[in-house]
Amino acid sequence: MVANDKTGDGGKLRNILRWAAQRRLTVTFFLLGMVILLFIFIPLGKMLFSSSPATLWDTLLEGEVRSAIWLSIYTALIATAVGLVLGVPLAYFLARHSFPGKRLVEALIDVPIVVPHIAAGIALLFVFGKGFFVGSAFDAIGIDFVFAVPGIIIAMLFVSVPFLIDSAKQGFEKVDVRLEKVARTLGASPWQTFFRVSLPLARRSIAGGSVMMWARSISEFGAVLVLASHPKIAPILVYDRLEEYGLDYALPVATLLIIICIVIFVVLRTIAYRGERA
Amino acid sequence: MIEIKKLTVNLGDFLLDGIDLRVEKGEYFIILGPTGAGKTVLLEAIAGLNPIKMGEIWLDGREVTKLEPEKRGIGFVYQDYALFPHLTVRGNLLFGLKQRKWPKEERGRVMEWLAELLGITPLLERSTDTLSGGERQKVALARALSTSPEVLLLDEPLSALDPQHREGVQQELRQIHQRLKQTIIHVTHDFEEAIALGDRIAVLGAGHILQIGTPEEIFRHPNSEFVARFAMTRNIFTGEVRDGDGGQAIIAIGGMEFEVVTELRGRLHASLRPEDILVSREPLISSARNSLRGTITRIADRGATLYLTVSTPLEFACLVTRRSFEELGLAEGGEVYVTFKASAVHIF
Repeated sequence: MVANDKTGDGGKLRNILRWAAQRRLTVTFFLLGMVILLFIFIPLGKMLFSSSPATLWDTLLEGEVRSAIWLSIYTALIATAVGLVLGVPLAYFLARHSFPGKRLVEALIDVPIVVPHIAAGIALLFVFGKGFFVGSAFDAIGIDFVFAVPGIIIAMLFVSVPFLIDSAKQGFEKVDVRLEKVARTLGASPWQTFFRVSLPLARRSIAGGSVMMWARSISEFGAVLVLASHPKIAPILVYDRLEEYGLDYALPVATLLIIICIVIFVVLRTIAYRGERA
Repeated sequence: MIEIKKLTVNLGDFLLDGIDLRVEKGEYFIILGPTGAGKTVLLEAIAGLNPIKMGEIWLDGREVTKLEPEKRGIGFVYQDYALFPHLTVRGNLLFGLKQRKWPKEERGRVMEWLAELLGITPLLERSTDTLSGGERQKVALARALSTSPEVLLLDEPLSALDPQHREGVQQELRQIHQRLKQTIIHVTHDFEEAIALGDRIAVLGAGHILQIGTPEEIFRHPNSEFVARFAMTRNIFTGEVRDGDGGQAIIAIGGMEFEVVTELRGRLHASLRPEDILVSREPLISSARNSLRGTITRIADRGATLYLTVSTPLEFACLVTRRSFEELGLAEGGEVYVTFKASAVHIF
């Protein structure tokens, strides 16, 4: 845009308006985009700055807070690891085979994303509680789910594994089947082909899906509340404090949780997408 | 030697029905067919990559029909080469070698020998997505050869290359075949490629083998529409290309010599389109370098045009318009001169 000197300020304004008029779509979308960005950033930002660093530090020194945050981090990691071992093979199978009812299976995998997580927790409680044979079978080998760490893990697994499966499946679908075929003619068994060709080529999608799954796991509240409200993961601790002592007491814990999640999320994303070209 | 007996593959869209083939050890065998004839399906079935419905595949006297692809000893090069994008050129070449229980130095030695053979040593550390089409092709060939396959299957190996590189790679394939005495089955839809490379050609159409024979037999006596239509539109000869007296290239065909334009030398093929030949009653004085006298032995009437077969005694198919035909008063048994430019002859 070049403003004409002779027309002065009025001319400049007219030029700006004309420039905007010519780019109505860009301007409209920019403004709408700003609204949603502010909607995301303002609450997060306000929260980060409403507790003093000293308060945050004191909160971090509380044993209950630290163990809740640590519990959240490692149960989410275990849930993701279980998701990798059980979900990646399914993702590969779905990417390579077509069978009647495949669409149904794919839809079913995504159901945990759409059901209310409280309901998901109740459903899990029915199966993994001791009243059902699955729960009693695990009980026989000494694994309890209700009010126990395994319960937290399966609640996280249930609600967040669809992210990993979907992402891994898309990754495998992008791997040219002929690369696998060539590997076979070069002497690789189906297992070797999977580990030397398919898996390395889908690794970014799998890593991305794992980060999403971990992030979704650590933010889970509803399903965990039903199944294992104790030991307390961080979101439940925040909720407890909010209920019992009010906002001022819950805020620093919530802030800490957000900071730690953001840091870990950024680090994991960086690792997962390392080397990817724009 | 590879023998395919009554091979039947049914993949829904594609049907191969009762394919019988026998390829001798060290033979360069071409499967020629139009797009959609099931050529890739056939190769994948031979390699064990497609389930087959019926039939047997024998490799050097052992039946491999039920054997998994990794145990067959069959190399494969796909049309777009299917290089592993997550590995360097070196990684691609080592992929098959790593499956063998060889000492590491031995693998490295074989890998370097292959790289040397195909002239890709300078590319070893490169990532595959930085390679040109011709370079990718060489890497794919080297990779397929790394396991010393008894049979090498090539799926349209030249069709992804631009025409100017095609000739060079074609030469390369011929040299590798001769040097390694490698048995090769090469599928293509390109006639000149088939003639240039094939010891024998099988014509595949709609899931059936229509004809098997030497290039000469296939093109002199085609029994398929697909080949016949091509054979009619080309004069195809085989001859020896050498340097002429004035630095130009000469091809000697059955005791006769013609000037041509090419950098290639040796036993090669020439093709000449019937419409590129001038037919006249008197010798022509022109810039065309090749002119000879012959007798019209056959006339095929196509309405507005006519195909004349002129025996010099080498037989040329020539295309003339009805008007020229009548004005020149041509008739069977009549004496004419055929004239064509050196540049109208395609050497391959």
